[in-house]
Amino acid sequence: MKKYLFISLAALMMAGLLSAQSQYKAGDIASDFKLKNVKGEFVSLADINDTDGFIVAFWCNTCPVVKKYDKRLQDLHAKYASKGYPVVAINPNDPAVSPGDSYDKMKETASKLDYKFEYLFDETQEVARKYGATNTPHIYILSWKDGKLVVDYVGAIDNNADDASAADKKYAEDALNSILKGQAVSVAGTKAVGCGIKWKKS
Amino acid sequence: MRILLAALISITAGLASLQAQKIEKIGIPELEKILASPADELHVVNFWATWCPPCVTELPYFEKLAGEYQGKGVRFILISLDFPSQIETKLIPFLEKNKISAEVKVMTNLDYNSWIEKVDEGWQGNIPVTLFFNNATKKRYFHPSELTEKELRDLITKHK
Repeated sequence: MKKYLFISLAALMMAGLLSAQSQYKAGDIASDFKLKNVKGEFVSLADINDTDGFIVAFWCNTCPVVKKYDKRLQDLHAKYASKGYPVVAINPNDPAVSPGDSYDKMKETASKLDYKFEYLFDETQEVARKYGATNTPHIYILSWKDGKLVVDYVGAIDNNADDASAADKKYAEDALNSILKGQAVSVAGTKAVGCGIKWKKS
Repeated sequence: MRILLAALISITAGLASLQAQKIEKIGIPELEKILASPADELHVVNFWATWCPPCVTELPYFEKLAGEYQGKGVRFILISLDFPSQIETKLIPFLEKNKISAEVKVMTNLDYNSWIEKVDEGWQGNIPVTLFFNNATKKRYFHPSELTEKELRDLITKHK
């Protein structure tokens, strides 16, 4: 009996570790979700019309790295939404841990920075967990294939957070350009350095 | 008078070199050199930034233990990922305000994906993380998240 208990405990711990570490990677099928946007409407990816895919960005109001990338995310939306790949930004931070990331502050940020893309609140943090997002910013490029959302790219927007003009590897743009040409994405995963997601304290 | 002047100059130069030493800018070659250090001592290498609140929370523990372990076979290196454009405006004022005297270096290569896996293949890009190693005894442990003071102390005892 003791032995079984030990084995099941070990299995539980393993499962915990696996779920904590697993992250969508290229080729995986991503889940859709229904989250509240800054206008108070609940939005699913499937509800957004005329899309071939999405640039899903785990995002927030407070992280200095997000702020560095703010203009670049808006530029991605301006360039690729009309080509079928709009940006959908998601704030997964717990406002109890990070008060600047509350829903009200999201509304302020979206209005102040004039976000043209959806900015959604992942209040339960389920979407961030399911996607395996670790930081903000953290980018997932998804494409519709046979009614499913297939992951094409996971990681950073480019390779210079400090200075956009010094970035010489534009991972997200390169991936999108390949997708639009029907070519394979050459760099389908990078590590995204940023602010750790502020998880709820259990 | 001349002696006084000389003393003043050497003090100023000393302070300047102390400052320069405190915040050496490094790239991949210097990082590789640290990681390959043959010295028979426990290296505790923490990756952090002033913009990362959990990093800022744990930094005093490293400072405190660096003091306690001075000359006792443990070398602490705090590698900051602060943006190069904010070294003067954010990082140095932070170090001065918090009286950090431990060894601090700034990683100025922002092409993270070209070096993150040199530190550890399991590193997801989050900070803080801390690498403990002694190449002479082939000990190595990568801690993928923040630490409490007790956890840091216990890990040093365990790997020393």
